Amino acid sequence: MFMEEKQNSQTSLDFNQNIFKPSSREEIIEIVKNCYKKNIPLEINGLKSKNKIGRNFQSEKTLDLSDYKGIIDYKPEELYIKVKAGTPLKEIIEELDKNNQQLAFEPNDFGYLFSGESNIGSIGGVVSCNFAGSRRFKVGSVRDHILGFQGINGKGETIKSGGTVVKNVTGYDLSKLISGSFGTLTVLTELSIKVLPKPETSKTLVIKNPHLKKALDFLGKALSSSTDPSGGVFYPDYFGKNFVLNDLTHDGGLTAIRIEGPINSVDQRLNRLSKELSLLDQELSILDSEQSNIFWSRTKNLEVFKSLKSNLLRIVLPISETLQVIQKLKSFDIKYFIDWGGSLIWASFDQLNTKILSEIKDTVKKNQGYITLIKVEEDLKASVDIFTIDPIKYKISEKIKRSFDPKRILNPGKMYTGI
Amino acid sequence: MSSLQMPKVDDVVMSKKDKIASDLCGIINSKNVLSNPDELRPFETDGLTAYRQMPLLVVMPETVEEVSQILEYCNENKIKVVPRGAGTGLSGGSMPLEDCVLMAMGKFNKIIEIDYENRCVVTQPCVTNLAITHAVQDKGFYYAPDPSSQIACSIGGNVAENSGGVHSLKYGATTNNLLGIEVVLMDGTIAKFGGKAMDAEGYDFLGLMTGSEGLLGVITKVTVKILKSPEVVKAALVGFPSIEDAGNCVAEIIAEGCIPAGMEIMDKALTKATNDYSKAGYPTDAEAMMIVEFDGTEHEVEAYINKAKQIAEKNNSTSLKISKSNEERLKFWAGRKAAFPACGVLAPDYMCMDGSIPRGKLAEVLNEISRLSKKYNLAVANAFHAGDGNLHPLIMFDANDKESLRKCEEFGADILKYCVKVGGALTGEHGVGIEKRELMCEAFNDKDIQQQLTIKVALDPNSLLNPGKVYPILRKCAEEGRVHVHGGKTKFPDIPRF
Repeated sequence: MFMEEKQNSQTSLDFNQNIFKPSSREEIIEIVKNCYKKNIPLEINGLKSKNKIGRNFQSEKTLDLSDYKGIIDYKPEELYIKVKAGTPLKEIIEELDKNNQQLAFEPNDFGYLFSGESNIGSIGGVVSCNFAGSRRFKVGSVRDHILGFQGINGKGETIKSGGTVVKNVTGYDLSKLISGSFGTLTVLTELSIKVLPKPETSKTLVIKNPHLKKALDFLGKALSSSTDPSGGVFYPDYFGKNFVLNDLTHDGGLTAIRIEGPINSVDQRLNRLSKELSLLDQELSILDSEQSNIFWSRTKNLEVFKSLKSNLLRIVLPISETLQVIQKLKSFDIKYFIDWGGSLIWASFDQLNTKILSEIKDTVKKNQGYITLIKVEEDLKASVDIFTIDPIKYKISEKIKRSFDPKRILNPGKMYTGI
Repeated sequence: MSSLQMPKVDDVVMSKKDKIASDLCGIINSKNVLSNPDELRPFETDGLTAYRQMPLLVVMPETVEEVSQILEYCNENKIKVVPRGAGTGLSGGSMPLEDCVLMAMGKFNKIIEIDYENRCVVTQPCVTNLAITHAVQDKGFYYAPDPSSQIACSIGGNVAENSGGVHSLKYGATTNNLLGIEVVLMDGTIAKFGGKAMDAEGYDFLGLMTGSEGLLGVITKVTVKILKSPEVVKAALVGFPSIEDAGNCVAEIIAEGCIPAGMEIMDKALTKATNDYSKAGYPTDAEAMMIVEFDGTEHEVEAYINKAKQIAEKNNSTSLKISKSNEERLKFWAGRKAAFPACGVLAPDYMCMDGSIPRGKLAEVLNEISRLSKKYNLAVANAFHAGDGNLHPLIMFDANDKESLRKCEEFGADILKYCVKVGGALTGEHGVGIEKRELMCEAFNDKDIQQQLTIKVALDPNSLLNPGKVYPILRKCAEEGRVHVHGGKTKFPDIPRF
């Protein structure tokens, strides 16, 4: 028998204010119900680390979830943590550290990009954006680690899906649907997330190599080898100097491949990998655990783009298309690095306008990929699509949006016009 | 056969059988439209053989355009459609309805592209799970999810059910190994979700469709990722004096940070039955037996096996055998994989349940199952994907004895309710189908289910695609009589209905 929802309990909310900062689910329900009744669009925020990503839209009120936080239940032996959606990720990571566990999907810290300093945001925000870090190709995206959630739909009803166990195929997998939905389907209230033990050790093979083609060749071979890497990036020459580390003996372009696991096995696999890639001793460096962690943390934090003024795009492609696409993009003045073993490009453009953007989009689309505008100037942002979508998917998205949020009050227009 | 009531039969559709058949022959090659009873018979049931129903017609489309046109036609004429892959599902997801057109996808049986550079395979949906691995294994690759039925089950069916397998523990279920699908909606729309580029933007329809049990669309193309085969794979066969010890060992191995490729437990009854059946060399005197497998590089596997060995000894293991060769390892698994047929020796029929629980509750749930076994006076044998808390109790019964089937269904329902009670789920990998439909309200409340139903309505407003599956009865639909009735009584009368 399910528990009766406490949806009727009244709170003492003042509806004249423009920013709501609820600390209980009852308050959130009341706010959403009220907005539903009065047709008031709501902007939903957590710690605002990524709120500049997405379209600008008209909202009358703001729902600030930063006070709706706290760890509800953490069972290290069951490998899950259940938290309120506004919980800072930092707090979750610190708690997991105590048990030598981690969120394997390594979420990006966009704070460096948008505010010049770390702000990894809230767990609700991380799930809503679904941007996974360097382990993506091995462990999956953020969405693959969501075991269940509770949220408030656009009518103010509490809904849930999934649970806290890993294997669960009971009903539609709404945890996937809400991941990456940028708060347009529900106001997330609780999340149950899969956690994993930290690897015993983590080391990184760094290859001195400024050439893109060669880098992609190294990465392709590494990812198809039984050495089982958990990270693969390429930084061109201009970014090499950002990685001054004791074990790193040069400051030019580099290809880095991470190997994790029990210590003996890591050494054996590193050895094997450098043989498989036919590397000479002078071509490579090995980063020990500590330096390896610093290196991947800088990658995850997009530190090479720290305080970048504007024009950062996130481009995802099948690995086979990356070389071709970058060669075309080079006709514009770009700086880029490659993550996900070759399929994710972070690229900054000196100049970006609607014409250039449309050319880039065509190129990427032709090569079976997609683009997200992460940081662009306000003028440009107002006149272009931030996310990519085809007409059929748009039509289905409209229907799904309506099924959760019939009056379009939750972050309306944040992803697409009309959704 | 148990009397499970399904959506009200549409008499108009029934009366127009010949016209519908002839219209469908206008859309696809007439030899691919089956209408006489002898031809329909093979489609009357899936892997849940206790339930049978002949469909009105069977269509076997050959192209996505044909699928689209058939669905569009059925949508316009309000004809129910039930999609079917290989028909190996264990929850009745593709059991036909009396007035349905059964869409058998068997002709979509070709692998379209093997793309080693992007490490993926693009395939038609009725290619078997194992055929994907066979197609890429000469280059040292494989497809990770491995349901027990992998020799026969189709990849499209795997997507519809979000199938797992013994290796889901380390490599995830279908949803975690899928890159893209092409799917046809009930109105005939052909949509592509995902592809060779990871994490397509926008709403994750790939994730929504996966595990939706054929209620939202018909899958016509699948792109899966393939992995490099591990260099070394070793398994250990461990005997325990009690289920508690085995359960504790499993929980401790996971908590210690070694994630095995697979970790299975069988109880004494099943260990003996499978050993007699497959001569796997199991410790038949042990109360519980565990198979734990690690893969990776030589040093990695060595390190993990040693750790597992220490933990097993700490938890009172009575025997421990480590595979010395690949042949021996496969022999360890042969028994486990033959668990279901081996049960055929124990009773005329068995019902395989599929609950999911927190790992720490293994012993508690097992004790409850054995209490219920006495209560219902039906024998039970237990196999678990213990590493991820997925239970497969096999209840022995006699399908020819209606009372035995009724007791078996109630026994199964009690097990699943208990799984939910301890924080688990109704189904870990077999799906809800018709089998667990009435139990959905154990896991979800009214609002949760309504939200899911509005999604269904958004994509299939007339509820024509695989209706009567997964979701319990809506209050407003109660008059349609979609309630499992037995002996004049409603099934599970203590559950609130919608």
